[in-house]
Amino acid sequence: MTDATATDPVLASRPENRVWKKFRSHRSAMLGGGLVAFFILIALAAPILPIPDPAATDWGAVRKAPSWTHWMGTDEIGRDVLSRMIWGAQASLLAGVVSVGIAVLAGVPLGLVAGYFGGWPDAVISRCTEALLAAPFLILAIALAAFLGPSLTNAMIAIGISATPIFIRLTRGQVLNVKSEDYVDSARAIGLPTRKILSRYILPNVMPPILVQATLTIATAIIAEASLSFLGLGQQPPAPSWGSMLNTAKNFLSQAPWMAMWPGISIFLVVLGFNLLGDGLRDALDPREH
Amino acid sequence: MTRSELQAEAAASGVPGSGQAAEILRLDRLSLRFRGQRADVVSDVSLRVSAGEILCIVGESGCGKSVTAMAVMGLLPENATQISSGTLHFDGETVDLRRARLPAHLRGNRIAMIFQEPMTSLNPAFTIGDQIAETVLRHRGGSRAEALDRACEMLEKVGIPSPRQRLREYPHQLSGGMRQRVMIAMALANDPQILIADEPTTALDVTIQAQILDLIRGLRRETGMGTIMITHDLGVVGEIADSVAVMYGGQVVEQGPVADVFDNPQHPYTIGLMSAVPRLDSPGGRLAIVPGTVPTIDAMPEGCRFRTRCAFATPGCARRPALADLGGGHLVACHHAPLETNVSVRA
Repeated sequence: MTDATATDPVLASRPENRVWKKFRSHRSAMLGGGLVAFFILIALAAPILPIPDPAATDWGAVRKAPSWTHWMGTDEIGRDVLSRMIWGAQASLLAGVVSVGIAVLAGVPLGLVAGYFGGWPDAVISRCTEALLAAPFLILAIALAAFLGPSLTNAMIAIGISATPIFIRLTRGQVLNVKSEDYVDSARAIGLPTRKILSRYILPNVMPPILVQATLTIATAIIAEASLSFLGLGQQPPAPSWGSMLNTAKNFLSQAPWMAMWPGISIFLVVLGFNLLGDGLRDALDPREH
Repeated sequence: MTRSELQAEAAASGVPGSGQAAEILRLDRLSLRFRGQRADVVSDVSLRVSAGEILCIVGESGCGKSVTAMAVMGLLPENATQISSGTLHFDGETVDLRRARLPAHLRGNRIAMIFQEPMTSLNPAFTIGDQIAETVLRHRGGSRAEALDRACEMLEKVGIPSPRQRLREYPHQLSGGMRQRVMIAMALANDPQILIADEPTTALDVTIQAQILDLIRGLRRETGMGTIMITHDLGVVGEIADSVAVMYGGQVVEQGPVADVFDNPQHPYTIGLMSAVPRLDSPGGRLAIVPGTVPTIDAMPEGCRFRTRCAFATPGCARRPALADLGGGHLVACHHAPLETNVSVRA
């Protein structure tokens, strides 16, 4: 029996392995993962990379085209664009991850409560969710950010709140599915308290789609942060952010196109990366194909 | 005890039997309906299980078998169910089901349940070792390592080979029969006095079915637990039951020791069920059927709920028949029972 267990391919493979295997064979997902990993790496390495201070101005090198000294050129007050791009990656990724973190931390518990308990908690939570969903995501984020005051932290909070209803909705729907499963009944039959049933039986089984949604929402949140910064509601000068770089760059499109080009390309690539990663995760975690 | 004392006791509790073995669980007069329905889905059901006894509840789909079991376990959704009467006597506690449920500390501990569908009754997110250990930890406390040891012991008991390795496996890595064994191991991990098995073999093929029944029978002998087995398979009843309760339309129509009920069925519905079972000793003949279908719960007739399909029905059947003892704890809810003496027509 021991030998059979060891050699039987079905018994030997664990679900984690199968998910990972599926993910690895998914080319675009691996590309997405690679892109995301690349941006995360340079953002983390920003303090130790041999790059100039992103806020240091050089009036002798204003709007210089890319060259050996400034690989990505300089901006309208002589700051190194490469350095600002790298530090800006920090702001973008941070905004993406933190705001989605806020949305997940707020949305998933609310969705769990609404879905599992039903009744009036569900009614209250669902009506509020619908009210929030009635306003377009970005408009809501802009309104909230304007209300909270312009700063990167407030932008992250605003984006987080705007993204919360998506997670409430998704979690609630998943919980409604899972709670009618026999194993939830059997958990109650062995006398587990509600808290345990929620944390051990419901939550782990609703997580995969939430994980996928979170990955895809990071992409949306990065665009939202760039948009808010572009409008002056996000990262405040002189700290760099891709959105605020685009905002300045739009005035010099004909004289210094590189100022707009690099942040544009970066936003494109990082958003593409997260989307591909999310799609790949969705395919890999899809229970129907297990 | 004399026959009359027996009958008096049976009439008082509404259940059969003289109680040679210690009674473990008694359910008195359970009636309940789901919100929005005009008739009770379970009406006046009384059951009694003694130590070491296997009681089978039989009846077709929708007759209230599972709902009765769920009500005993306290698993019915509170806001969708109205329990109008019912008392549960179990483990020294008396629970008025109208107001309270079976306390959670008894569930999975003194009373355990296994479900019909082994493929979906285990949490796919955790290993089976974790899940059995969870039950043990919930009711017995102690360390995780001890709980896992207990889980291993239980897996061995239910006949799962190399239990140490199986502990680390996920439900999807096991076959249906294996999963049902795991469910049984989980249910019995805390040595319950009562096991409620809701169609435990329906989803399994015949050979596995026989193995699982053997297992339940063996464990009953070993632990002395009482078992309530819900099934619609009369073959299963014949093989395993000590006593049987036949349900129709939410009511118990016939109840008693399995030999009495099977050899001498007295309720027209039971007779119909018996003659609808294909037989190996007289092949070739057409199977008898019970004409018509079960009315929906809102369309249930007053009085005897079987009367719209019954060959013996008379106007008097509009009155609800009480469960009357024909002797030896064989109870029948039919105005015409015993049929040999009261009815002269042929079905």
